[in-house]
Amino acid sequence: MELNLQELNATEFPVPVELEDNIAITSLSQLYNWGRRNSMWPMLFGLACCAIEMIATASSRFDFSRFGFEVMRATPRQADLMIVSGTVTKKMVVPIVRLYNQMPEPKYVLAMGACASGGGPFKEGYNVVSGMDKYLPVDVYVPGCPPTPQALLYGMIALQRKIDGQSIANGDDVPWYGVGPAEPTPVPVLGPDIIDPRQMDMIRRQAESAADAPLLGSRELPALTQMVAAKVETAAPVAEAAPADVDALNVVLPAGAAPWAEAEDIREKRRLRALARKALRASRRAAQAEGE
Amino acid sequence: MDSFAAAPEMPLEFASIDDAIEHLKSSHPYAIKLDERDGYDGIIVDADQLLNIARVIRDDLGFDYLSSATAVDYLGEGDHMEMVYHAYRTSGGGALVFKAQTDRENPTIPSLTSVWRGADFQEREAWDLYGIRFSGHPNLKRILMWEGFHGHPMRKDWREAYYEEDQKPFDSRWPGGHVHRSEEKNVFGKNVSYPQDIDLNRLMDSSESAVYESLGLGVDIERVMDKDGFETNELVVNMGPHHPSTHGVFRMVLTVDGETVTSLEPVMGYLHRNHEKIGERNTYLHNIPFTDRLDYISSMGNNHGYVLAVEQLMSLGRRYNPPTYRCEALRVMMVELSRIVNHLWAIGFWLNDIGAFFTPVLYFIQERERILDFFEAVAGSRMMCNYMRFGGLFGDLPERIKSVTNLTNDRVRDYNTMQFLTEMINERIPRTIDELELLLTQNEIVLERSVDVGVLSADDAINFSAAGPLLRGSGVAYDIRRAEPYSIYPELDFDIAVEDEGDMYARYRVRVQELRESVRILRQILPRLEATRGESIWADGKPGAYAPRVPHGEAYGRVENGKGELGYYIVSAGGRGGSANPWRYHVRAPSFINLTPLGHMSKGHKVADVVGILGSIDIVLGETDR
Repeated sequence: MELNLQELNATEFPVPVELEDNIAITSLSQLYNWGRRNSMWPMLFGLACCAIEMIATASSRFDFSRFGFEVMRATPRQADLMIVSGTVTKKMVVPIVRLYNQMPEPKYVLAMGACASGGGPFKEGYNVVSGMDKYLPVDVYVPGCPPTPQALLYGMIALQRKIDGQSIANGDDVPWYGVGPAEPTPVPVLGPDIIDPRQMDMIRRQAESAADAPLLGSRELPALTQMVAAKVETAAPVAEAAPADVDALNVVLPAGAAPWAEAEDIREKRRLRALARKALRASRRAAQAEGE
Repeated sequence: MDSFAAAPEMPLEFASIDDAIEHLKSSHPYAIKLDERDGYDGIIVDADQLLNIARVIRDDLGFDYLSSATAVDYLGEGDHMEMVYHAYRTSGGGALVFKAQTDRENPTIPSLTSVWRGADFQEREAWDLYGIRFSGHPNLKRILMWEGFHGHPMRKDWREAYYEEDQKPFDSRWPGGHVHRSEEKNVFGKNVSYPQDIDLNRLMDSSESAVYESLGLGVDIERVMDKDGFETNELVVNMGPHHPSTHGVFRMVLTVDGETVTSLEPVMGYLHRNHEKIGERNTYLHNIPFTDRLDYISSMGNNHGYVLAVEQLMSLGRRYNPPTYRCEALRVMMVELSRIVNHLWAIGFWLNDIGAFFTPVLYFIQERERILDFFEAVAGSRMMCNYMRFGGLFGDLPERIKSVTNLTNDRVRDYNTMQFLTEMINERIPRTIDELELLLTQNEIVLERSVDVGVLSADDAINFSAAGPLLRGSGVAYDIRRAEPYSIYPELDFDIAVEDEGDMYARYRVRVQELRESVRILRQILPRLEATRGESIWADGKPGAYAPRVPHGEAYGRVENGKGELGYYIVSAGGRGGSANPWRYHVRAPSFINLTPLGHMSKGHKVADVVGILGSIDIVLGETDR
């Protein structure tokens, strides 16, 4: 591939025209990002249906090597990008988190398809994780079931744009530009159901309070949460039922309105606005008809 | 035997199913009764006598092939658990359906693994998902979920964390329309729920150690003498679930002596996405797009099996018209095209596994893309076609094929559909197959790697319930399109591909032959499409009901899919008007059951051959784990 220094050159420093092919004045961040975005190596790692479209994207008709996603590596140690291509199950999320921890920084995660983005058609299943982002930081989401190769390419190019915007100067921007190695993501545990170590405290508090109040998140969960929701909506004191140190209710349902009530509001407003727009269009059309 | 008097002329192995049942009734009068529930057939066998009767069914009556074994939970419909077995004869014909019932509190049924080894994984699945204990099963461990999981999720009274209602459409969605995200209603914000008595202090992730323990593997390395008397190490090697040659998230645990495999155990469930549980909540129509995602290489074939099963049930009702001829012809065409896609893909990735890394695949994918273009133009999606409906299809062929339907100035692709098809079927695909054969069939390296590797004898293949190219590669000429014909296959002229050797190379040859046979079928379909141009694709001339009411009963619809016998066992437990949701929805997945003999086939071969043997079985994880 021809080296194009012009795309690297920062515009505020003019370079004489005759030297444009030889010299570029740029920032270190930009140089880093330029190198990174053009040599992303995805991990050779397929989960489900989307993997087939990923293979189709890698093969000759679509060919993501054109954009620098050159080769797929089977080992996480040589990969920069994890394309989570398919349904993430509870059983599989354990190895996935482990694989992610094994990838060297800088590393990116692309959630390909509806399942990896949010559970997809299988979301309600008992063994399905509602999206990769429940466990790992996801950089780009590609919708579709499965996304077409074009959509995947678009997502990958979106990731390149994202990399373009990252900065060394701002250490908080991305963990690998900060100081020292990043913390590994805690690996989930397969207990009676999958346990995210980050939620361990929450589960423990709930288990402790189980003696006094019915445990939230037990098998009879939906009925219970509806009860909780009703309680919150009638503005009953939330912490009364549970011991003082139990704030599990507060974690999820802050006192006041239920979280979805706000969404309901927004939706209502949106509906009203849509109705107004519709009326406006209708009146315009009527006016036009009259004019003719 | 006195019972011979019932059918003196005919040897029992060829007796009709009714005669076979008569024979069983006379030889085991107290252990057998006819299943007289509305819309059901077959016999109910006393669980104590199951093993004996199964032997009679296999040995005396000739039903040597156990196609499917699955559990049903009849909570509230009799309050019992039921195992349903479908046994067939490899000489062809219908199923002998036999069932064994047990109570829900402490369900126990004798294992049939000693009669049909193919029952092994299916019984483990029934234990995992329904909690039925199989006495005499050699390795009764969970197979899809992990060891230590709370409960048996397919039971009707087991509820998942995001449970809303038993059946769709949920009231919150329709007609109410109050859509919410399930996470918002869960305390933990994700799809989890824990038992009341969870004790985090004693929490152990036993899923891994359970895998190894169940294989009898306590230690990792053991000193042994090899056959020449040299001291060597026997060690345990884990492959997968992340491994480039496991075709997805499949996992194998092997013990090796040097490089030679001494035992191999498949471990699965990493893509278990609860197809059946979701399928029982769905309406019948909802399930069609879900079937696409089973064997995601050949979605059209999956659609076909499912609509056949539901149509079987619907035909029990009064108002049912069979699909039109054009509809059947289109279905067969789509299915055969998917078979071509499937076999090209299977051969390509099998070559990947034996060392021809990605070069052949690139050529096969190129052909596949043409077929997918056609699917996209007809069904609207490349892979997940969601094309077939009960009594019809999503739509007829379009006049022209364009790459993107909403792109008006598309100059890339714009073909007349029939011309495109004719060219593809008569020229492009045969050319690809010729090229494939020229480069591979007599290729020194392919022969070296695949002849006499992974041998499965005919008897073993039948006993392991192997299906598809795996069965036919072992010399058993069993193809459902001929053995129990459906759709318009009886009038089409084609041969069953069979090879006798039973090794990897035989399976490859079977696939190549089947590619040619598919082309032969497609050539016969083209004039049929021309002849029926303009005919409706719907049985009644108009699209079928959005939510069909399906009469009470059970049905087992099976098709010969690219990977083997794909069966759908569906129970409808509606009242008089029929039901809108299946009571039981089970998929007999060829990829799942074909893995049963993997350990048997790999024994004694090198580690590098194991991936090849797996590739020659041709699995897809969406179907294996469901």
